[in-house]
Amino acid sequence: MVEPVLSLRNLSVEIPTRHGIVKPVDGVSYDIGAGEILGVVGESGAGKSMAGNAVIGLLNPPAHIAAGEIWLKGSRIDNLTGEAMRRLRGKEIGMVFQDPLTSLNPLLRIGDQLVETMLTHLDISQSDAEKRAVSALEEVGIPGAAERVNSYPHEFSGGMRQRVVIALALCAEPSLIIADEPTTALDVSVQAQIIALLRRLCRERGTAVMLITHDMGVIAEATDRMAVMYAGRLAELGPVRDVLSHPQHPYTHGLMASTPLASAGKSRLHQIPGAMPRLDSVPEGCAFNPRCPYTTEKCRQAPAPRPESTSAACWYPLAREKAS
Amino acid sequence: MLAFIIRRIGQSILVLLIVGLVAFSMFNFVGDPIDNMLGQERTAEDIERLRIQLGLDQPFPVQYFKFLQEAVQGNFGVSYRQGRPVAEILLERAPATLELAAVSGILAIIFGIALGVFTAIRRNGVLANIVMSASLIGVSLPTFLIGILLIYVFSVELGWLPSFGRGDVVDLGWWRTGFLTESGLKALILPSITLGLYQMTLIMRLVRSEMLEVLRQDYIRFARARGLKDRAVNFRHALKNTMVPVITVIGLQLGAIIAFAIITETVFQWPGVGLLFINAIQFVDIPVMAAYLMLISVMFVGINLAVDILYFFIDPRLRADRAGGH
Ligand SMILES: Nc1ncnc2c1ncn2[C@@H]1O[C@H](COP(=O)(O)OP(=O)(O)OP(=O)(O)O)[C@@H](O)[C@H]1O
Ligand SMILES: [Mg+2]
Repeated sequence: MVEPVLSLRNLSVEIPTRHGIVKPVDGVSYDIGAGEILGVVGESGAGKSMAGNAVIGLLNPPAHIAAGEIWLKGSRIDNLTGEAMRRLRGKEIGMVFQDPLTSLNPLLRIGDQLVETMLTHLDISQSDAEKRAVSALEEVGIPGAAERVNSYPHEFSGGMRQRVVIALALCAEPSLIIADEPTTALDVSVQAQIIALLRRLCRERGTAVMLITHDMGVIAEATDRMAVMYAGRLAELGPVRDVLSHPQHPYTHGLMASTPLASAGKSRLHQIPGAMPRLDSVPEGCAFNPRCPYTTEKCRQAPAPRPESTSAACWYPLAREKAS
Repeated sequence: MLAFIIRRIGQSILVLLIVGLVAFSMFNFVGDPIDNMLGQERTAEDIERLRIQLGLDQPFPVQYFKFLQEAVQGNFGVSYRQGRPVAEILLERAPATLELAAVSGILAIIFGIALGVFTAIRRNGVLANIVMSASLIGVSLPTFLIGILLIYVFSVELGWLPSFGRGDVVDLGWWRTGFLTESGLKALILPSITLGLYQMTLIMRLVRSEMLEVLRQDYIRFARARGLKDRAVNFRHALKNTMVPVITVIGLQLGAIIAFAIITETVFQWPGVGLLFINAIQFVDIPVMAAYLMLISVMFVGINLAVDILYFFIDPRLRADRAGGH
């Protein structure tokens, strides 16, 4: 079997708070292979960003990795020192943030930001870096790249800025990209372009992508596999087509039914009753049990089994044929 | 950009005209100049002759215009007390104040920024917290008290440094400097600390809070996510953005240093324009007071103008807005 680029093994992130320790990420395992795009979905607060930040080593203290392992291309990275981790950032793991308007330093020319990043990680000369900065901008589809390298961020539109951000994240050719809601802050009209760009570049280079999003349309179109998170835990993991058409976890089922795309044609959107629990009061057993229509005594007592490569964290996964 | 600078210069001139009006009014409303210049023995003719000679018979706007005309040429009249041209006295005193202000300003800026950055980057460190607590003293103690404390410790108790005066100065022809002699340099230490301490703590606290704000920004996170070294993140990315709002305040503080010099100069009997002004008040020496007022406002306005222009070189967004805009 080909070794995955990224591999999370029972990853847990903990934050000590006044009301005790909370676990925004609780025993999550998944792999992403080269050139593969994993879509990560889940309600706000489910721990999607927290997992991404843990991978790139940018958890804000007091949040920290409390258990589990992170493997990148066959070596373990969750126990690296700060300096060793810094060397990996940008070089092996790139990150794209949600808001391109605030992701770029307003006082530095975009060319300088690109050159600086490349010189940090690659053994190339200043003039080579400058040349590569232009081609990096060309690759992400910025017209007139040769002149635009000298522009400041405010001289670009939101969509163009996100292209610059992608160029920056990819300029040292990392093997993994974490894109945390890369299109949420953009105009609907450019969202599809940005996703297509990200997808094309990563396919070409064989970059693995962790694509965090709320947009089921993006998931359906752009990703290969998807992970559904609920209250810090993985609820379901599997190939996109299977999960979307035949969700096995009642939560995934509810989530599909509540998004416009999947429920097109129905007159009203379905709503899952109740709300995701706060992290300091996650119920015993399966975290979803108070909201689940199929809850039994077992669900209230025993934590749901962890999903392996393709299944749901549920005692009673919805039968394939039974699902809507 | 040119349009913006021209507009700012226009505003500066307006400010100076208003200050000039205030300064000029002092001649008319603070005591009677005729009274001031003629003794008790005077005749009605003397008074009339002097009125015409001083142009006091003319309408107010004409008088004001004449005053400005003279002032622009550096002619502020004759000191009532010393009987010498005010401009001459000011020029004689200015180097002392400017040297003191320059040293204090440079100390305040260098240590203010350095400590501000340090306390921001190490915000949970023990040393940073000690510095922060100590800075509260700097902000809350009045200047004269700091001066007196320093004199007590370093002049009276330890006897290391002089408590008053400028020490020996070297005359360069047009400028008398204290930088070139040992006693001159020694004499600068206590007054410049006294004068600069408040501004330094102010700059430090401001740099710290601005920098903490900047360090929270997405572009700093993104810079970290690209694996840039701490040094590049803190100094290239964060510090530059921190300085944008800080520069205005630093500019104002430099102006304030020259104005606050009055207190320090009084405490240390420093022979600069501030001390001159205090003495002028005691003797109601209106020409000196008016000239001092004008001089200080020219400096304030000049510094502010310089700061505004500096913005253009730091912040590209401003360059674009102003150049393209209107
Ligand atoms: N300092 C903290 N103390 C306690 N809880 C925290 C702290 N920081 C974050 N959390 C919690 O961690 C959880 C995970 O947050 P995370 O940002 O990963 O959510 P997310 O899935 O990315 O949501 P969104 O879709 O809104 O981005 C949230 O429930 C949040 O309340
Ligand atoms: Mg998030």
